[in-house]
Amino acid sequence: MYPRRLIRFLCLLPVGCSSVALAQTSAPPTVSNADNAWMLTSSALVLMMTGPGLALFYGGLVRRKNVLATMMQSFAMMCIITVLWALIGYSLAFGPGNSFIGGFHYAFLHNVGLAPDADYGATIPAQTYMIYQLMFAIITPALICGAFAERMKFSAMCLFLTLWALVVYSPMAHMVWGKGGLLNAALGGKIPCLDFAGGTVVHITSGVSALICALYLGKRVGYPREPSPPHSVVLSFIGACLLWVGWFGFNAGSAVNASGLATSAFVNTHFATAAAAIGWSVAEWFRNGKPSALGAISGAVAGLVAITPASGFVQPMSALIIGLIAGVFCYLMVTVVKGWFGYDDSLDAFGVHGAGGTIGAVLTGIFASSAINPVFGAGKPTGAIEGNGHQVLNQMAGVAIAWVLSIAGTLILLKVVDLVIGLRVTREDEIEGLDVTQHGEEGYDFGS
Amino acid sequence: MQKIEAVIQPSKLDAVKDALLEAGIEGMTILEARGHGRQKGHTEFYRGREYTVDLLPKIKIEMVVRDEMADKAVQAILSSARTGKIGDGKIFVSKIDDAIRIRNDERGPSAL
Repeated sequence: MYPRRLIRFLCLLPVGCSSVALAQTSAPPTVSNADNAWMLTSSALVLMMTGPGLALFYGGLVRRKNVLATMMQSFAMMCIITVLWALIGYSLAFGPGNSFIGGFHYAFLHNVGLAPDADYGATIPAQTYMIYQLMFAIITPALICGAFAERMKFSAMCLFLTLWALVVYSPMAHMVWGKGGLLNAALGGKIPCLDFAGGTVVHITSGVSALICALYLGKRVGYPREPSPPHSVVLSFIGACLLWVGWFGFNAGSAVNASGLATSAFVNTHFATAAAAIGWSVAEWFRNGKPSALGAISGAVAGLVAITPASGFVQPMSALIIGLIAGVFCYLMVTVVKGWFGYDDSLDAFGVHGAGGTIGAVLTGIFASSAINPVFGAGKPTGAIEGNGHQVLNQMAGVAIAWVLSIAGTLILLKVVDLVIGLRVTREDEIEGLDVTQHGEEGYDFGS
Repeated sequence: MQKIEAVIQPSKLDAVKDALLEAGIEGMTILEARGHGRQKGHTEFYRGREYTVDLLPKIKIEMVVRDEMADKAVQAILSSARTGKIGDGKIFVSKIDDAIRIRNDERGPSAL
C-alpha cells in the first residue's frame, strides 16, 4: 500500500518527474466479474454457517429449555458484529497499522469502495472483501457460545463478545491476514505463518477463549451429576450438514478469486471432512460399540476445522490424512481429556475448535506443498514434507500467539463484564431455562 | 362394567388395536406414556458421556367394556402384544361404577 501511495503522490508533482513516475505505475486493478461472483457467493455461504448452521448445531445439543437462547446467541452475533464491523472492526483488522493491529484508516468504511484493494483481492471490489471478512468475524465469537451454553446472561454475552471481537479477533486477523501483520506469510510478516482460511484466527481464538469461558463461569447446575443430553440430535445433524456446505465458501472462498487454488481448497475441505467423520466414528465404534450420528457429525466439524488453515496449501491425499488425524484426536479430546480435567465445555467448543484448530495449524506446516501454493516463491520448499522443517516452528509460533492472546484477552474481558453486569444467570433462572428467563418465550409449544 | 388399562410396547399398538377391533371392542383411548417396570432402562452415549434412560416410551390403552367383554379384550391384548421378552408391559382390570354419555345423559352399560 505504501509504495503505491508514494507513486500516486509522485504523479501529483510538477511536470518533469511525473512522466517517470507514470511509467512506473502498473495498470490499475480491474474487477473480474467471475471472481466477484464467486466471492459474493462465498460470503453468503459463510453467513449460512452461523445462521442457520451453527444455530441449529448448537441449538440441538442443549436441553429443550435453552434452545431459543442458544440459537439467539448466534443470531445476535450476525447483527451486532455486522454493525461493529462497519463502524470500526474492519479497520482494526484490515486497515493499515502496525504488526499487531490495524488503524482507523477504514473506520466507518472510509476508503473502502468498489475499486479493488490489490493487497487483499486485486480482482474484486474492496467492499466484497470487507463483507466476506465480516462473515468470518461473525462466526468466530458465535463459536465460543458453545462453552458457556445454558448458563450465561444474554446481556453479558452480547457485551463480552462485542468486546472480544475488538480485543481478540481484530488483532489476530490483522496479524495473520492484514497488510504488514506479524504472521502474514503473503504480505511481509516477520514470522510467516500459513493460515489459509482461519485456523488460528477463527478456530484457535474461539476454541481457546471457549475453554477460558468454561473455566471462568464454572459448571452448569447439576453437571456432571444430572444428565444433560442433546434435546434434538436431528437439529444438530441439519446444522452440521449446513456447516459442511457453508465451509466451501469459508475455505475455497479464501483464495479470494475463482482460480485453481479455490478448487484445491474446495477439494481438500471435502476430503478432510469425510475422513474426519470416519475417524471419529471408527474410534467411537471401537470404544462404545456403536457409531453414533452425533459422533459422525462432530467428526465432520473437527475435520472442517483442522483443514481450514491447510486447505489452500496441501495436496488432496494430505487432506485425507489431516482429516483422519483430526477426527480421532478431537474424539479423544472430547471424550477422554475433558473427563480428566472435568471442565464443563458444554458443547465442546474447545475440544473441537481449539484442539482441531491447533492440530490443523501444525499439520499445515508439515504438509504444505509448493505445487499447490508457492507462497514462498515458485519451487521453494513450503512445508516439512518438502524439507522446510522450520515452517512447523513458524506454525507453532502462530499457534502460541493465538493461544496467549485468546487467554489474556478473554480473561480480562470476562472479569470486566463480570464486574459490570455479572456473567451468569441466577441458579433459579438456570434451572428454569434461558428461553423463558432471558427471552420470555419457549422453543416448542406442544399445547397449541 | 370393567376398565382395562394396558401398558404396551409402542411397536405393538397397531396389532393390539386390530385385535381389539376384531374382538368387538368399539371404543378406546390411547396415551403416549413413559415408564418402566422391572425392565429398567438402557444407556445412551452422547460424545462419550453415558446417560441412563430409565423411563422408556410406552403406549397406554384405556377402555371401559361390559363385563362379558372384559375377558375377550384381555385375551386380545395378550395374544397381540406379547413378544416374550422383558418390557412387554402389563394389563390392569378394575370395576367401574358408572358411565355417562355426555351427548345425551345416557347412563350405564348402554352409554359405552
